[in-house]
Amino acid sequence: MSREKSWKEIAPAGVCSKSSVGFMTGDWKTYTPVRDLEKCTLCLTCVMFCPDGAIRWRPDLGKIEFDYEFCKGCGICANECPTKAIKMSLEQE
Amino acid sequence: MTKAMNQQRTALNGDEAVAYAAKQSDVDVVAAFPITPQTIIVEKFSEYVANGEVQTEFVCTESEHSALAACLAASATGARTFTASASAGLALMHEMLFVASGCRAPIVMAIANRALSAPLNIHGDQSDSMAERDSGWVQIYVENAQEAYDSIIQAFRIAEDVGVSLPVIVGLDGFTLSHTLENVTVLSDDDALKFVGTRQLPNVLTHEGKSVPFKLDPENPMTMGPIALTNYYFEFKRQQEEAMKNALEMIQKVNVEYAELTGRSYGNGLVEPYRLEDAEVAVVCVGSTSGTLKTIVDALRQDGVKAGLLRLRTFRPLPVEALRSALQNVKALAVMDKSMSFGGNGGAVYHEVRHVLYDAEAHPAVVNYIYGLGGRDSSPRELRRVYEDLLRILKSGRVEKQITYLGLRE
Amino acid sequence: MTNVSQEWKFTSKEIAEKPDLFLSGHRACAGCGPATVLRLIMKATRGPTIVTEATGCMEVVSSIYPYTSWALPWLHTAFETAAANASGIEAALKVMRKKGRAKDEHVDIIALAGDGGTYDIGLQALSGAVERGHDFLFVLYDNEGYMNTGIQRSGGTPMGAATTTTPAGKVIPGKVEAKKPIAEIMLAHDMEYVATASAYYWRDLLTKVRKGLEVEGPAFLHVFAPCPRGWRSDPAKTLEYSKLAVESCVFPVWEAVNGKRTLSTPSKLIALAPKKKKPVDEYLEGQGRFRHLFTPQNKHVLDEIQRLTDERWERLLEKCVEP
Repeated sequence: MSREKSWKEIAPAGVCSKSSVGFMTGDWKTYTPVRDLEKCTLCLTCVMFCPDGAIRWRPDLGKIEFDYEFCKGCGICANECPTKAIKMSLEQE
Repeated sequence: MTKAMNQQRTALNGDEAVAYAAKQSDVDVVAAFPITPQTIIVEKFSEYVANGEVQTEFVCTESEHSALAACLAASATGARTFTASASAGLALMHEMLFVASGCRAPIVMAIANRALSAPLNIHGDQSDSMAERDSGWVQIYVENAQEAYDSIIQAFRIAEDVGVSLPVIVGLDGFTLSHTLENVTVLSDDDALKFVGTRQLPNVLTHEGKSVPFKLDPENPMTMGPIALTNYYFEFKRQQEEAMKNALEMIQKVNVEYAELTGRSYGNGLVEPYRLEDAEVAVVCVGSTSGTLKTIVDALRQDGVKAGLLRLRTFRPLPVEALRSALQNVKALAVMDKSMSFGGNGGAVYHEVRHVLYDAEAHPAVVNYIYGLGGRDSSPRELRRVYEDLLRILKSGRVEKQITYLGLRE
Repeated sequence: MTNVSQEWKFTSKEIAEKPDLFLSGHRACAGCGPATVLRLIMKATRGPTIVTEATGCMEVVSSIYPYTSWALPWLHTAFETAAANASGIEAALKVMRKKGRAKDEHVDIIALAGDGGTYDIGLQALSGAVERGHDFLFVLYDNEGYMNTGIQRSGGTPMGAATTTTPAGKVIPGKVEAKKPIAEIMLAHDMEYVATASAYYWRDLLTKVRKGLEVEGPAFLHVFAPCPRGWRSDPAKTLEYSKLAVESCVFPVWEAVNGKRTLSTPSKLIALAPKKKKPVDEYLEGQGRFRHLFTPQNKHVLDEIQRLTDERWERLLEKCVEP
């Protein structure tokens, strides 16, 4: 982590200087989502419901990508998947 | 030789003078809520808007708290904003005053200084804005309607200077100034507009890594008003203090520039000494009572008394050096306070002047006179007694009463 | 008057491909309902947008200096002020456009607030801004309590819920008062568009956000957003609860265009087939904040919740018209 800046260096009025995509929340999780790709119908429900935007539809790759760097392991995706293609597991990825 | 050739002499009361100055300053947004004795400001401004005399969005908010919030948001969007309040209205804004200065929004606000409840009192004293002295706003107090007009125009320049970027309060005594008709010389619209100019925005580095003008703009997204935890908050506050230091310079600079334009200046912008160079007894006063005191000083001088007055025009930032330098020869000093700091052993101005003089070379006797609370008038005879008390201190070398309540029925 | 009857058509893929404007890396709890709601709302933006937010969970988790989760211009000032801020931004842009200091294009303004910043401390500013007719969309993300400060009761907390200021005690079993009908209050302001939505029905939510943005004037959207931390519920079930709330008629979804109110499909299905209406117990039982109600001495509260839910549902049906 870089040294914190002095009062002379930071922008006035608290204008934020970094995007939060630089702050990985993935280490919060206890359970991790494990996918059974054969059951996935690409309905994109998990993409819509993830509170952290950690599940992304990649049109260039034609698949859904799980970003474990941001996944907090809440289990919403597993709970809502209509084909039960996602299971929450204690094992780390 | 003044640069402004077509100034006009007209009759305005303090509130009207303020509204007129705001009218000429190309204000973008006014969000305000009426409260005695500021009402004439918002009413006059509403007339200008209704008659198409200004290009300003006038938002009649449902409270003063929302008024300042709306001004702050408008200012954050890049607009030049103006508002006015007094007493309970200013008190209601209290939370937002700190937010506005923390967000470095150069809002200009006229305060028609009025007593705070309870009991309810609509008349003039300075408790309202004195109670906000920690809020990070520049505070300038005027002596008459002319100065109210001049100071509002100056305030935009002071506030918007990139090194300052702080909101500014211009205080005028309620009813005494706000509602009293005076001769006011006003600039032409063109000259006033040229003096205030267009609002220049400082550049800030955003989370996108770009250095862009400090405003809410979909082209250059930025996040304003974040939560800063224990590891950052302190640094932002230090920045505000630096801005106050810059304001000291800017106020003086603007005073000089304005004098070149109009022929009118107010001391050095920070303090206005009156017959103070060789004065042995002097009074420090904020606001309109200074006018009465000047007359008394003249009368005393006629009687051979070395009397003087220091009108403290800029209260925040506190002009430490200017105060020390102006008061260096005074031997007995009375500080007038048109407000109280309960349980504080004297009023705000007294505390501040006294502490400034603590480290000065000479140590005059400094006493406090609390006066005019709730709009109680102080007669010239009562005010002259202040100087008589000072002369007695000078003669005896002793202070009998540190704090006097002038005009109070004991 | 704006024509808000145009339906915005979109596919899941189109929405999924739109880049998030509420970014990952925010510090919301795992399973946070409001976070999902905010992500979805941002997907419904249509052009240049400015967001102003009241103090609360979503504000704090998304703006911990120096990090920001906002990919668009965003301002926070105080708890009460979301609607007052929106008023100021709108006024500023109006004037600056006229004076040539802002681009001559429409900018959507969204004021975001939790139930604290809407029902209670923010109500005055909201009512004032709506009365003045500013062009903005006010979105309430309702997690039914002052969650950010540690789960205290708000005007939006439902009857019977245990919060830290309405604890389930020996003498008083949780919050006594019913949930303030905030959408009804906003409807009484004669606004062009007032709607309720629940995150589970995300298509409905997106459509309503877009409609609200299209209104030329104030619009109000009340979104149900479960909080697993404050409700003591399973974080995985956040969206499930936002579905159960609609299915049990605890939180019906509807929209009112110029005062004409219609049920939205999820609630309409229940109106048409009343047997589909689930008993409130099914919605309440997994939530720790209602656990104390499932005891003999507090059963009367459960009954009262069911009665009140039914009464409000019946009243709603009376007020709705066919689309």
